[in-house]
Amino acid sequence: MLAFIIQRIFQSVVVLLLVGLVAFSMFRFVGDPIDNMLGQERTGADIERLRTQLGLDQPFPVQYAKFLTNAAQGNFGVSYRQGRPVSDILAERAPATLELAAVSGLFAMVLGVALGVFTAIRRDGFTSNAIMTVSLIGVSLPTFLIGILLIYLFSVELGWLPSFGRGETVQVGGWTTGFLTASGLKALILPAITLGLYQMTLIMRLVRSEMLEVLRADYIRFARARGLRDRSVYFRHALKNTLVPVITVTGLQLGAIIAFAIITETVFQWPGVGLLFINAIQFVDIPVMAAYLMLISVMFVGINLIVDLLYFAIDPRLRVDRVEAKA
Amino acid sequence: MNAVARFWESDIGWSFRHSPVAVVSCIVVLILVLAAIFAPLLAPYDPFDPASLNLMNGFSKPMEPNAFTGETFWLGTDDQGRDVFSTILYGMRISLFVGFAAVAFALVLGVSLGLIAGYVGGWTGTIIMRIADVQLTFPSILVAMLIFGIAKGITPIDMRDQVAIWVLIVAIGLSDWVQFARVVRGATLVEKNKEYVQAARLIGRRGPAIMLRHILPNVLSPVLVIATISLALAIIAEATLSFLGVGAPPTQPSLGTLIRIGQGFLFSGEWWILLFPAATLLTLALAVNLLGDWLRDALNPKLR
Repeated sequence: MLAFIIQRIFQSVVVLLLVGLVAFSMFRFVGDPIDNMLGQERTGADIERLRTQLGLDQPFPVQYAKFLTNAAQGNFGVSYRQGRPVSDILAERAPATLELAAVSGLFAMVLGVALGVFTAIRRDGFTSNAIMTVSLIGVSLPTFLIGILLIYLFSVELGWLPSFGRGETVQVGGWTTGFLTASGLKALILPAITLGLYQMTLIMRLVRSEMLEVLRADYIRFARARGLRDRSVYFRHALKNTLVPVITVTGLQLGAIIAFAIITETVFQWPGVGLLFINAIQFVDIPVMAAYLMLISVMFVGINLIVDLLYFAIDPRLRVDRVEAKA
Repeated sequence: MNAVARFWESDIGWSFRHSPVAVVSCIVVLILVLAAIFAPLLAPYDPFDPASLNLMNGFSKPMEPNAFTGETFWLGTDDQGRDVFSTILYGMRISLFVGFAAVAFALVLGVSLGLIAGYVGGWTGTIIMRIADVQLTFPSILVAMLIFGIAKGITPIDMRDQVAIWVLIVAIGLSDWVQFARVVRGATLVEKNKEYVQAARLIGRRGPAIMLRHILPNVLSPVLVIATISLALAIIAEATLSFLGVGAPPTQPSLGTLIRIGQGFLFSGEWWILLFPAATLLTLALAVNLLGDWLRDALNPKLR
């Protein structure tokens, strides 16, 4: 067990170091940072001074080590485009993305589990079949088209919900939240659905197939034979046993939600980190790109590590396999 | 002709003839691909020839004569008077070209690395598969965006629009090779211990020859399935990137770029500029997807 944990943590660190190398190479070799930071009217002395100041005259490994130490302390340099520290910009944008991701993750989870259980219990019902068919179409629609479709329906035709932005936000400490105003909550609905729809269908299909499998098990038949009510059989006995794979997949999908937020944020002009990243690519703002890359890989690697360890802790069969394999 | 007849009589041919979904989606894909190839002949206007554009034709509604010039356009025109039908044909050309080229790139890269990882194994194999694992942790669209961004930074500013299409192909291809490599490696590990491979080794054939001439033909059928499904994914990925403004340049608009342009007219009521490119993209992606699903079922002996 301990060896497994250490091995996994070691692997994660290696991956992060590699990503760091990619990010650093971007920073160092894509375009000339000096060119980007100094304006037209520069002198040779300016260039020399900045070169020493940024440490660009030192050997590659030293620069890389320095980059990593800085990154670990949250210092990613200055944005070429906005001329402000990248960490400030990220801190300003992060709440928008995190709120969006949290709401759409919650939406996907609650609705996904509910619809999954429903379609599994009423296997051949008309409603379940309709839900399954619609979900199939939903999966094949690209995210940005779903967003446009929702905007057309609810903003253009019905005029119920705003089509862009976060609405009014309230400053709570260093965190801007849209949860506390009516317009903020309204603005959250369409982006959250757009972002969560794919994950919801995924969870729904997973819960459905797991439920169908579990409902055939002997202990369910025994529970029925004991005369337990349907509700107790479905939710107490069956649903509980489907949740291990669901938790794993949901955990892994958390990373995907943050990544796909880039698309949703662009469609809805949501002022989050994803929109920042897309703008950074358009204007080749390397420090912002490098910082986003580092941030998102820490998140991905962390989630993967936690899910792996959780899986190991939750499912005793995995541990038994290991012991047997050793013996 | 002989090959077609042989295909028609084979198991897969039988399964194809008896699957209406496969036949229909195959016909749809063929029509769209042919329309894209012959776009210069089919399109009533050349949307990239400024001389043929008339600003007075701007915002013509579909199938209605324009209020100023009296000209009629099947699917209407955009703000600059470009025929939407023609831009879709040309846009589909870019979309399909990028899709096919990206999948071809991913296929060649993934299959070669998969063969090497499976047949040679050892340190080389471990390193290749570790890279694949790491890349698989990140969603492929994110990888493609990043590669596009880096490539954009490396190319000089005045070259960017010209190389954008090629950068797009490399970015999508590089984000998609892992699937091919994993499947080919798995199949190669099984094949390399079979007798025909040992026989080939005994008569003194070298590694590359064994990999390409003996193992490769035997691991191709799953590759075909992945390639078809990857094509649908690559078309959607291209459209997504272009829609986000990090793909095809405005001088060479793909379906995604057209949707991006059309989105701007959503609120002013010119729905046709958005609807028709979006519908084309959906039809294309859905048809390729269904074809891939059918192919997977037909080639999978476990389900037969």
